[in-house]
Amino acid sequence: MTVTENVKKILIVCWALVVWQLTTTPAQAQLQIEIISGSASALPIAIVPFQWEEPGPAPITGVAEIVSNDLYRSGLFKPLDEQDIIERPADEASIRYGTWRLLKVDYLVIGKVRKPSDGMGHELVYQLFDVHTQEKLLSQITTVGEGDLRFGAHRVADAIYEALTGIPGAFSTRIAYVTSTGLDKDQRFELVVADADGFGPQSVVGSPEPLLSPAWSPDGRKLAYVSFEKGNSAIYMQEVATGARELISSNKGINGAPAFSPDGRKLALTLSRSGNPEIYVRELATGKETQLTNHWAIDTEPAWSPDGRTLYFTSDRGGKPQIYSVPVGGGNPERVTLSGDYNARASVAPDGKRIAVAQGRGNEYRIAVWDMETQRFTILTPGKLDESPSFAPNGSMVLYATREGMRGVLSAVSADGNVRTRLILSEGDVREPAWSPLIR
Amino acid sequence: MNTALRLIMAVLIAMAIAACQPKPKPAPEAPVEETTTTPVVTEAAPDPRDYTDARNFDNPESLLSKRVIYFDFDKSAVRPEYRGIVSAHAAYMAAHSSARVTLEGHADERGTREYNLGLGERRGNSVMGLASAQGGRANQLTVVSYGEERPTCRVSDEDCWSMNRRVEIVYTSR
Repeated sequence: MTVTENVKKILIVCWALVVWQLTTTPAQAQLQIEIISGSASALPIAIVPFQWEEPGPAPITGVAEIVSNDLYRSGLFKPLDEQDIIERPADEASIRYGTWRLLKVDYLVIGKVRKPSDGMGHELVYQLFDVHTQEKLLSQITTVGEGDLRFGAHRVADAIYEALTGIPGAFSTRIAYVTSTGLDKDQRFELVVADADGFGPQSVVGSPEPLLSPAWSPDGRKLAYVSFEKGNSAIYMQEVATGARELISSNKGINGAPAFSPDGRKLALTLSRSGNPEIYVRELATGKETQLTNHWAIDTEPAWSPDGRTLYFTSDRGGKPQIYSVPVGGGNPERVTLSGDYNARASVAPDGKRIAVAQGRGNEYRIAVWDMETQRFTILTPGKLDESPSFAPNGSMVLYATREGMRGVLSAVSADGNVRTRLILSEGDVREPAWSPLIR
Repeated sequence: MNTALRLIMAVLIAMAIAACQPKPKPAPEAPVEETTTTPVVTEAAPDPRDYTDARNFDNPESLLSKRVIYFDFDKSAVRPEYRGIVSAHAAYMAAHSSARVTLEGHADERGTREYNLGLGERRGNSVMGLASAQGGRANQLTVVSYGEERPTCRVSDEDCWSMNRRVEIVYTSR
């Protein structure tokens, strides 16, 4: 073997590594779920693996496994491990309740997956039973399209969650977030949309310049976000399904923090064209803008109350950032958060009674929830650099950005703070999560 | 292939893989010792205090070669030790009406991203105010805030944060 051949071989190895690095794109990387801490008071439930009645092989990840993971992540349920499910009834007549009482479960779910009569998609047929009273609490058929079996499983989890808690489930929703990979000239930003459990990530838009502040339209079809692709911040609105997008705002100064009104007709935003950041409300149909704040301080991060009448926002008019409220029709801002050095980036719970914020104390930032009735904070996360809280559309969990070493990752915490789960992208930095509305 | 040759091949491949990796970045310089270029020796060196002379942009002896202003946490006031740098650039702009400058405002990672956009802008405005008062014209100066989105240093400690709280004076035209 000659020296030249060796050099050639080395070059091939180099080239192969470069190609490998180029093809490992962030949108293809999978998010992993890890339960950090659990709850002792969770309801014991068994989800029996669904009987596969379709032609062709069953998928590797079964419906029951997806349903179990969803319920577990909520913090309210303790699903039985699949290996402990010793009987696998697929219909009501073959249930032996004694077995399930011995396994100390309170609730039982059985089901099957079959082809609908038109031969397209999947039909998930399932029932929920109370093991102690032997009462049938739920009996449903959920039909989904071809390739939407995971979505179907999330719908099943939603129905079980609602039947047992009285609150609609939010497992069939989606999340948006921003990833950053590479450094300096190779840095690249992507706005990504994935299922609420992190599966199926799809890139919505990519840019070598920063992307931030994604916000969902109330119908879940559009995202508004901030992009620096023109050299300064600008707000775009984009349809998730088609990619069609529209430039909403590119004034001189900051164009930031877009937030759709609950009726989807207006967009609250931050503009600094007057010289410093102020809150505006823009009517999407006409483009008419109304200025809601007028103060030399930084006023930003508007968030709508569920009734669409009030905007909560961050302002340092009192010296440090705190949450204030202002009537959308105009009026004087009032301070909302009354304790803590630094409270910013409000996310309003769907009941309108609680506000999640990033709370700073010294160099530590945690997610905290301000209860507007008791006027007290509950700290939900351990820090140290937690930010961007986003309530689940049913109020059960808060999604947020945190740090692990030098890397940004997403975590979700149950609204009572008892259960935390971590969603890890296999490379790069993940930040700016936004939980979609309920999609019916 | 005998064992020795295989061993040599393995070492060569390992070296090749190492050669493909990006080189580690040099440790960031401390803010006050910041210099952006290496000395260029010319026959007639310009007077470093002549801030109208464009050659001083590359002269480490001159304040014109310094183009980054650093800030205290959650503050936007230009510290006394940086006022001379702003004055030098204001003098250049006053002498060269075609000069155009973008003041890029930045914040450290602590706190929320949109609030930090506001903070970066406030820092940019603070430098712009000082430069305007000393001869820079309004049409020569633009402020763009990147908030915490473009850090120069990525470790979560005060040394690194102090490097990131900055305004960069970027000439788009000299």
